[in-house]
Amino acid sequence: MKNLTEKVKKNPIWKSIFRRDYRNNVRDRALAIFGNVFLHLHPVQVRESAVKLRFTWGMGGITFFSFILLVITGVVLMFYYHPSIEQAYSDIKDLEFQVPYGVILRNMHRWAAHFMVIVVMIHMFRVFMTGSYKAPRQFNWGIGVILLVLTFLLSFTGYLTPWDQLGFWAITVGTNMGAATPLLGYQGPFSEYLHITPYNDIRFALLGGAQVGANALLRSYIWHCVAIPLISIILMFVHFWRVRKDGGISRPQK
Amino acid sequence: MQDDRELHSEPTEGRAGLTACKAEEEQDTQFSKRRKFLTRVGWGSLAGFLTINSLAFLRFFYPRVLFEAPSQFKVGFPADYPPGQVNSQYQREFGTWIIRLQDGRFFAMESKCTHLGCTPSWMESQKKFKCPCHGSGYYITGLNFEGPAPRPMDRFKISISEDGQLTVDKTIKFPGIPGKDSNEVYPQSLLKA
Repeated sequence: MKNLTEKVKKNPIWKSIFRRDYRNNVRDRALAIFGNVFLHLHPVQVRESAVKLRFTWGMGGITFFSFILLVITGVVLMFYYHPSIEQAYSDIKDLEFQVPYGVILRNMHRWAAHFMVIVVMIHMFRVFMTGSYKAPRQFNWGIGVILLVLTFLLSFTGYLTPWDQLGFWAITVGTNMGAATPLLGYQGPFSEYLHITPYNDIRFALLGGAQVGANALLRSYIWHCVAIPLISIILMFVHFWRVRKDGGISRPQK
Repeated sequence: MQDDRELHSEPTEGRAGLTACKAEEEQDTQFSKRRKFLTRVGWGSLAGFLTINSLAFLRFFYPRVLFEAPSQFKVGFPADYPPGQVNSQYQREFGTWIIRLQDGRFFAMESKCTHLGCTPSWMESQKKFKCPCHGSGYYITGLNFEGPAPRPMDRFKISISEDGQLTVDKTIKFPGIPGKDSNEVYPQSLLKA
């Protein structure tokens, strides 16, 4: 057995993947972080006080965890879902009642989405209560606020995808609020003097038309599955990077 | 050019070297002037390019052709409509009710609650429009009397076309004014036929 392990470890394929032998010492532990594309964003060492759960609550990490869960379950759900008004609702029914493991995937996606919205708000609350938004972390607080809004938008756009009554009226009401926004919507103040009509305002751009219809479903689907996740991922990297550059994760003062 | 600069940046000794240095400095400023100019042109054109691109990107979100129901449509002959009734036949596709009052006059009303834009339903037994979202209620004229709706529902222009059919034009709108009966505010929204 030992012989076999030795043989595998000396195999050129094994060596090309892991590059070097791992011994459990400080140097090798550090190199494992340095040399890994996924882990190198994380600091090699953190202070003991930084891992105090009573201070950080681990909410940022849990938010990221639920985001990863949502990406994985979301991508899998996309294999069965057509973003068209004829098929969307029945595809969801299909996922719930016929597709193997469809019901657990859909519910994982749904509950993880609710969970992420709650957890991201608790994360913000913690950052606020511990004063972790103060210098030099103001910029990262700003990034965090944008990420919070993007989380809400992900939740909102995903709401329409089943094309049921809840989602339909949520988008109707939500985009009507856009229509009532000053300078952006046709129902806002002075809109008639600015020539803002239902055909050139912000609601029109969101819906891809003047009614909640096929274009609106497709647009909300693309925002939900592609555009907002991409923007979020980029900002998340900036967010995590800045945590490290601004002096590591916030920790109790002595 | 870059090689030149690297060479000149090496320390030179003596008086002769100093004069040479001055001449080179002059040459240098000339270079840097040109370089500054080219940098500005380069970044400027990139910025211009990106600005125009993002404007095009914004415009992209506003489609030219819509595959929605037309804003002007015919709804049949006046004789098809009994007085005192609300016709919901065109609600689903066009978002419009054709209403004929007891006195025989017509008007077209947008099926859209003035609270948050849901679609109310006509309750024939109670003679009122009721919104399922938050319970706003309206009389047959569109005047709101209960629930959170802030104003009466909006009307569209209705007229008789050449072939004698009723025609609704959704581009001409008579918005409801809080607390006022649209029959009195907009006599032009009513059609005698």
